[in-house]
Amino acid sequence: MSAQVTRIKPEADQPLPGNEVQKERSMVLQKEMIASHYKALAASAETGCKVVYTFVPGNLNELIGSFDNLLPVHPEINALQNAMRKRTGKMVLEAEKLGHSEDVCAYVKADIGMARSGNIGPSGTRIPDPHLLLLSYTGCFTFLKWFELLREEYNAPVAMLHTPYQGDGIVTDSMRAYMVRQIKEEVIPKLEKVSGRKFDIDKLREMLARSRQAEDDLVAVLESAKNVPSPIDAYFGAVYYIGPIFSAFRGTEAAVEYYRELRKEVEARLAAGQGPVTPEGEMGPERYRLVVEGPPNWTSFRDFWKMFYDEGAVVVASSYAKVGGLYDQGFRHDPEHPLESLADYCFGCYTNLNLPSRVALLSKYVREYQADGFLINSIKSCNSFSAGQLLILREVEQRTGIAGGFVESDLVDPRYFSGANIKTRMESYFQMIEQKRKGAA
Amino acid sequence: MKKNKALEKIQQRCQALYEDLNLATVRAWKAEAPGRKAIGFMPVYIPREILHAAGILPVGLMGADIEIIRGDAYFQSYICHIPRSTIEMAVNGSLDALDGVIFPSICDVIRNLSGMWKMMFPDKYSKYLDLPQNFTPGLAGEYYIAELRTLAADMERLSGHRITDDALRESIRLYNRNRELVLELYDLRAEKPWQVRTVELYLLLRAGNLLPVEEHNAMLEAYREAIEGEERQALDNSRIVLTGAFCEQPPLGLIHTIERSGCYIVDDDFVLGSRFLTAPIPEEGDPVANIAQTFLDHAMETPFVYIAEKEKGEALVRQCRRRRGEGVIFSAASFCDPALLDQPMVSAAVEREGIPYTEFKYAENTGQFQVIKEQTGTFSDSIKLWGNE
Repeated sequence: MSAQVTRIKPEADQPLPGNEVQKERSMVLQKEMIASHYKALAASAETGCKVVYTFVPGNLNELIGSFDNLLPVHPEINALQNAMRKRTGKMVLEAEKLGHSEDVCAYVKADIGMARSGNIGPSGTRIPDPHLLLLSYTGCFTFLKWFELLREEYNAPVAMLHTPYQGDGIVTDSMRAYMVRQIKEEVIPKLEKVSGRKFDIDKLREMLARSRQAEDDLVAVLESAKNVPSPIDAYFGAVYYIGPIFSAFRGTEAAVEYYRELRKEVEARLAAGQGPVTPEGEMGPERYRLVVEGPPNWTSFRDFWKMFYDEGAVVVASSYAKVGGLYDQGFRHDPEHPLESLADYCFGCYTNLNLPSRVALLSKYVREYQADGFLINSIKSCNSFSAGQLLILREVEQRTGIAGGFVESDLVDPRYFSGANIKTRMESYFQMIEQKRKGAA
Repeated sequence: MKKNKALEKIQQRCQALYEDLNLATVRAWKAEAPGRKAIGFMPVYIPREILHAAGILPVGLMGADIEIIRGDAYFQSYICHIPRSTIEMAVNGSLDALDGVIFPSICDVIRNLSGMWKMMFPDKYSKYLDLPQNFTPGLAGEYYIAELRTLAADMERLSGHRITDDALRESIRLYNRNRELVLELYDLRAEKPWQVRTVELYLLLRAGNLLPVEEHNAMLEAYREAIEGEERQALDNSRIVLTGAFCEQPPLGLIHTIERSGCYIVDDDFVLGSRFLTAPIPEEGDPVANIAQTFLDHAMETPFVYIAEKEKGEALVRQCRRRRGEGVIFSAASFCDPALLDQPMVSAAVEREGIPYTEFKYAENTGQFQVIKEQTGTFSDSIKLWGNE
């Protein structure tokens, strides 16, 4: 039994040189979900839906969705999708012309650049202005400044949700109570005001129950990479797998269906002993199993991925796939404790963990996923991920005994992706793993 | 003549403290009584009163312009400089006198440095202090009080001294006085910038990073007395407000350079923790609750504090008006997220008000000041020539 693969021609505005892209059926489903969401956004003025901008880590999608007439927009997803379509270079420059420093986060600059160029989103339709900015300040300081900037841009109200950082690696009762209080007394009243409807906790519970189902299936997908060979790529491939659950679809029927389908596909691949599907089709024999830390580069996403699959390298676990929730470590949204559960979700997002917890998690991944390499893609834009990564590299190497590698790029600023440089480093890194194997033998 | 000597003595003491990177002063303080503890803290603000009430010396850490041998191996090129020098000093033993370090929430780099500290120095106390960012009345108080009580319990454990309410009230009184003295000097400088030179004021603030608050208060009072007897020549300089330097500090030479280029700095955000609370903490009632509430009600509007309802840049414009500033210098450390992300909003507000500004970046180890001298000199000249148009 083998998974169904559909060959899709690239979109006209997505110049992917050379071959057609191969996509699994679940990817087609996802594409439809995303397209329908952008359409809903474009039609929001007619449908009367109101628009809530919020961030991926610590997003309260079920809460937003429970109002039925609110649509979320995730600015970092717009930025990365624009980057995959090679559009962010101009946007970043546009923001820099307005006085934004070359030193700061390129997601912010791409978003500002997009807003100042008509706010045309990745789908080619206009992203409506926000009626509310839900500032889920979880694991990233830049989020604070980003929404201050957007507030200036759109003159929209802000609902603040400050998620305390797990500095000591724990969540205390007072941290949780603070979060629940903010959700009850700040976030919900502001959502009610924008929506014009009363908050319905039963609707929230229903959505959380659906989230839970999808989360179970997502974890099964991610953990399939423990098998040798792995049927998935848990970094490049996982970018697609996490898309719906990290964004506008968590808690929806569509997400439940998507993850059910995805799990089936992955289990079929596993049963057939197949490796991951890449943009160029089935990956060849699995030669290297890597754990990767840090977000991917989006402007040259396929080129970067190709450097891996051309060498038979599959990513079996990644921290980026946990940036919107650490489901594989047991967290599930809980309809019985809805607001506490939303708080716990925010606490557990990867960048809200302290460095010792991150090192422990990455080392655990190396062992549990039988990895023979640990690679960091260090992102210039993202101090939340990047500050301290050189120590993380050393610690993980020391604790696991595997070879560590380090490359640098950026999220959506194409000036900071040096393909030749990264390729040379990757080739050397694979040689290093080979040497280590020979030494061990 | 006598007063000049007093001033000279203070200046020399401040300079020596500024150069005391091995914390000899802290070692000496600890040696005076067995069992004394000292805790470092990164910029910008921590409630030093709680440490003081436990008999612990709070030591402000602000990086240093030193040769980096090992610190660079921990940070990529696109990360600011202060964590490099801080790690450098930690691994070369300069910070051995400290029994721990507190990392207040200011940005992701300092936040992650707290985790690095836990891994690199597991035998030392290390605390990330997540200051509230939700300033909606009534929301963050209980959380912050609980955080402060945890910190107080940690300090009690570390020092072996119970923090009584009375001891904490006394500490609050001393730090209120400290803030008052600092602000008086800031007021005096704004009034007579030729009299209170920024380099002197800056070194006085830096001295407060190492000295017990009682001693620092005495030093501030002595300086005030000494400077009033000085007669210094007023120059035809422009009055500028400098902003963006609240964390990583510029080298002393850069502050000299700005002053010498024709700018009187009439307000700034150097060593900002010394005056981060804009109102005194009440000295009666529950002292922990008072510290928390004063933070929530009177934290200074700075780039690392979320501004909920007010207009961005309003505080800087107000500051500029109050200090009769004729221009603003945006002076941020390279790769400083809070300052650089803030700057477009705040500079727009300044521009709307018709206040001229200029901007540059620095690092704590910047060694060439000529370009900055030309820039700030030209800026000062332009204010003089066209400032009132």
